[in-house]
Amino acid sequence: MLDRVNYVAFITILNKEITRFLRIWPQTLLPPVISMTLYFLIFGKLIGSQISDMSGFSYMQYIAPGLVMMSVVTNAYSNVASSFFGTKFQRNIDEMLIAPVSNLVILVGFVMGGILRGLMIGLLVILIALFFTKLHVYNLFIILSVALLSSLLFSLAGFTNGLMANKFDDVMIIPTFVITPLTYLGGVFYSIHLLSPFWQELSKLNPVLYMVNAFRYGILGLSDVNIMVAMVMIIVFIVALFILNLALMQRGYGLRS
Amino acid sequence: MSALVVENLEKTYASGVHALHGISFVVKEGDFFALLGPNGAGKSTTIGIITSLVNKTGGKVRVFGHDLDTDLRNVKKQIGLVPQEFNFNIFETVMQVVVNQAGYYGVPTKIAKERAEWYLKKLGLWDKRNTPTRMLSGGMKRRLMIVRALLHEPRLLILDEPTAGVDIELRRSMWDFLREMNQQGTTIILTTHYLEEAEYLCRNIAIIDHGELIKNTNMRSLLDSLHTETFVLYLQEPLLDMPVLEDFTAHLIDHKTLSVDLSVGQQLNHLFELLSRQGVQVVRMRNKANRLEELFLRLTTKENHHAG
Repeated sequence: MLDRVNYVAFITILNKEITRFLRIWPQTLLPPVISMTLYFLIFGKLIGSQISDMSGFSYMQYIAPGLVMMSVVTNAYSNVASSFFGTKFQRNIDEMLIAPVSNLVILVGFVMGGILRGLMIGLLVILIALFFTKLHVYNLFIILSVALLSSLLFSLAGFTNGLMANKFDDVMIIPTFVITPLTYLGGVFYSIHLLSPFWQELSKLNPVLYMVNAFRYGILGLSDVNIMVAMVMIIVFIVALFILNLALMQRGYGLRS
Repeated sequence: MSALVVENLEKTYASGVHALHGISFVVKEGDFFALLGPNGAGKSTTIGIITSLVNKTGGKVRVFGHDLDTDLRNVKKQIGLVPQEFNFNIFETVMQVVVNQAGYYGVPTKIAKERAEWYLKKLGLWDKRNTPTRMLSGGMKRRLMIVRALLHEPRLLILDEPTAGVDIELRRSMWDFLREMNQQGTTIILTTHYLEEAEYLCRNIAIIDHGELIKNTNMRSLLDSLHTETFVLYLQEPLLDMPVLEDFTAHLIDHKTLSVDLSVGQQLNHLFELLSRQGVQVVRMRNKANRLEELFLRLTTKENHHAG
């Protein structure tokens, strides 16, 4: 049960996070809108027009769910990683650490900020996609739950990154060398059935594949993986990262001398 | 009741640096307490442990009866901290910084804004309430740190060099404000490099050096233990020869300035009488050095010699 102090502290952290990403919208909201517009234009419209249907859908329709999910997870991740590390770097994390606010509330406050930015970007990318193609709603519950759980998972991962980072480079390395390759190889632009059996099996180790396919299933009713397996995988990763983050905070890792 | 009890506090950092060697002291409720020591003495580590920013290696800390190990949440509620370094968000406005800080203590926005208005007006920052903090001058930032620490109305205010880099006029106004807070019941612990600040404000004092407590007493008895004071006398007319001053140790700084040491028991009246008899007129007089500064140097230098 959240007591009064923790409730007010949670609202404060969340409000601070929302204010932050809205204040710097040219850095947080505009770039994904521009890059996704280019993806739809180049991959969907120009190149996609030369590609035959994918399981009965145009290539533009096929890649749209993956592009939405790619935007959601990368933005949820970078929001929390950069915001938390920035707070740590400027030492204004001390404002929270000396106050009677629980570690759980600090974690949830930052993660909620990441989820909201991820979902806001997801909504904007869906609106852009609607300029280029028609999107179905095959299963609204799956769409909403996958978007929410994926942004939660990547917000938690961003928090871990922010907590462990010692310099700004550390916040950039993971998105550049881990998140981006995983999203590009996570079935955003192709079905893994196009790959040889070895690469198909290897792709199944990529957590982003499950998110992209689960989200695509919610919109188009198409998936390369079993939806139940996908949902279970996402939830397992969430629980693991949540426990890890809370344990690191309790130890004061990267926060207390 | 004691506001703060520190018992056998130990800290060894992961690097192996032994920062605190079992220091103990008590700060009474309502006190204005100076925690002094040279750079690297262990003052900031002590404050870090009390405010839970540094994990202690050993010892006990109790704040208004709440134990740091078993009742951390209630310990935190009692304390307001003004750290040495500016650590607020430079992109937020003055009002956002203070209201957010109050929020972490569970103070609702409406109440926080009312309190912020009072404190910001009191410390001359109200006109800057919508200014991003990075645009403030050094003195304004120092005052903002004090306001931020007070919004949840702590019973114990810890100030780690609150007036560093602040001009004397502003420093005096901050002293007045802190005295007022203390008179209203807030217990204050102050670390500072301006020793006249500690002498002017504090009633009790602890001096730490090399992680050890070398003095813990009240300010009056500490200053009384100083046996000699040096006075500088500014004279009406230039002197050609040194006047005869019997038991006083004196020397001419220049023809119109005389330096005289007064030991315990020697009286200024007697000195003036001697000077007057020889036709020497004094127009002005001042203490050559801050007395606490002299004591501080003597104590810490002595400790250094012992350590060496």
